[in-house]
Amino acid sequence: MKRIVITGQGTINALGRDVPETLEAMREGRCGISDLEFQDVERLSIRIGAQVKGYEPEETFNRQQIALYDRFTQFTLIAARQAITQSGLTFSGELATRSGVVLGTSGGGMNTLDENYRSVYEDGKNRVHPFVVPKLMNNAAASHVSMEWNLKGPSFTVATACASSNHAMGQAMQMIRAGMADVMVTGGAEAMLCFGGIKAWEGLRVMSRDACRPFSANRNGMVQGEGSAMFVFEEYEHAKARGADILAEVVGFAMTSDAADIVMPSKQGASRAIAGAMRDACMNPEEVCYINAHGTGTAANDKTECAAVADAFGHHADELMISSTKSMHGHLIGGTGAVELLACIMALRDGVIAPTIGYEDPDPECALDVVPNVARDVKIDAVLSNAFAFGGLNAVLALRAH
Amino acid sequence: MSESIQDRVIAIIAEQAVLEPGDVSLDQTLEDLGIDSLGLVESIFAIEEAFDISVPFNANDPSESDFDISSVAAIIQAVQGLVADQAA
Repeated sequence: MKRIVITGQGTINALGRDVPETLEAMREGRCGISDLEFQDVERLSIRIGAQVKGYEPEETFNRQQIALYDRFTQFTLIAARQAITQSGLTFSGELATRSGVVLGTSGGGMNTLDENYRSVYEDGKNRVHPFVVPKLMNNAAASHVSMEWNLKGPSFTVATACASSNHAMGQAMQMIRAGMADVMVTGGAEAMLCFGGIKAWEGLRVMSRDACRPFSANRNGMVQGEGSAMFVFEEYEHAKARGADILAEVVGFAMTSDAADIVMPSKQGASRAIAGAMRDACMNPEEVCYINAHGTGTAANDKTECAAVADAFGHHADELMISSTKSMHGHLIGGTGAVELLACIMALRDGVIAPTIGYEDPDPECALDVVPNVARDVKIDAVLSNAFAFGGLNAVLALRAH
Repeated sequence: MSESIQDRVIAIIAEQAVLEPGDVSLDQTLEDLGIDSLGLVESIFAIEEAFDISVPFNANDPSESDFDISSVAAIIQAVQGLVADQAA
């Protein structure tokens, strides 16, 4: 089996316009959550989110591109450019045919849907822009990455709600491992912060009105974020032969289904995914020093996740660190696992464990070391990244320092 | 008026529980009626629509919400309070 390493990373999210800015915010425990700004926000009862503020598409894209690129596509292209530039790869000839894109997103072109529904339903217009379909479609971002970088191998989009990114990156990893591709550009993106996007979530009554406080006894729900993180996954020998700077190695992946409930999480399903990722990575539980938690800040997720970690790790659960960076960058839904992988790579490369901010009161049902409020300097070699989606679909990645 | 609020709330809960309204009694809890967390959120939505009120309820912490859901009677009383507040 081939080995897989990461040779590039890029992002845009509420914490920063690139990886260094984002990691600095995570180290400092800065919060990217603030008042939402978009049309009709005054009709919402939930008015906070981790929004990419002050973003002007015109600074990066021309008029024709903006006509074709939904916000989630723009975020994806920005993150992919950073990642591929860092990798130093150019795609032509055989490498182009052996390289592809797997993107995780849940909502796809949500802003495009929202704007055009408003236009035809509320404003009563009978004509829409000709590019509505190619702009809103879920695979638009993956396709534009493939076009911009000449990636001619397997490319597609994975949509498994909050686990989309982890499922996508797991697919990318398995394709390289199996020899189907040499390089996969992968990660996730989401841009759901629009009136319809938040209104839909309001209905479920799981959103917080004031803050995201994962694992804290006084947590009262999730807070949405937006943005993208993209990575270059590369076959190890390929990366080594060209002397690439290797950021980390992706060593394991597992996915499970709860087969139980459309919204309530299951300890068993999550625990099986965690144990499966370690098994796939040939990693002993005692080797895992840090887990980037799913940690949504809902009552149900956080206690179930802690129970799953206790179940999968036994006594070692008390030794490891587990933090939820959603407290800072919000829940990017289909893009969240990708932004969270940045924190995992920072832990492995820089020995900095990103904190769970907003932590105020211990919860006996979440009695693990959640790295409260302040980042920690610890040299570590192995991490996991959890993602547990609505629909009971779980995906866990395992990484090692390189 | 308050009689009719009671009947309408019971009708909503009964529909969610797939029961006849006559089979729902005031001292029952939602759990007794087999209504799970999704069913609860759906019932609250139906109540909001029926009475044109906004129910303060967060599924993350039902016990600390300002809306008492501990029994059918409690829910009716809470809805009556919200409807009265709105009329005031």
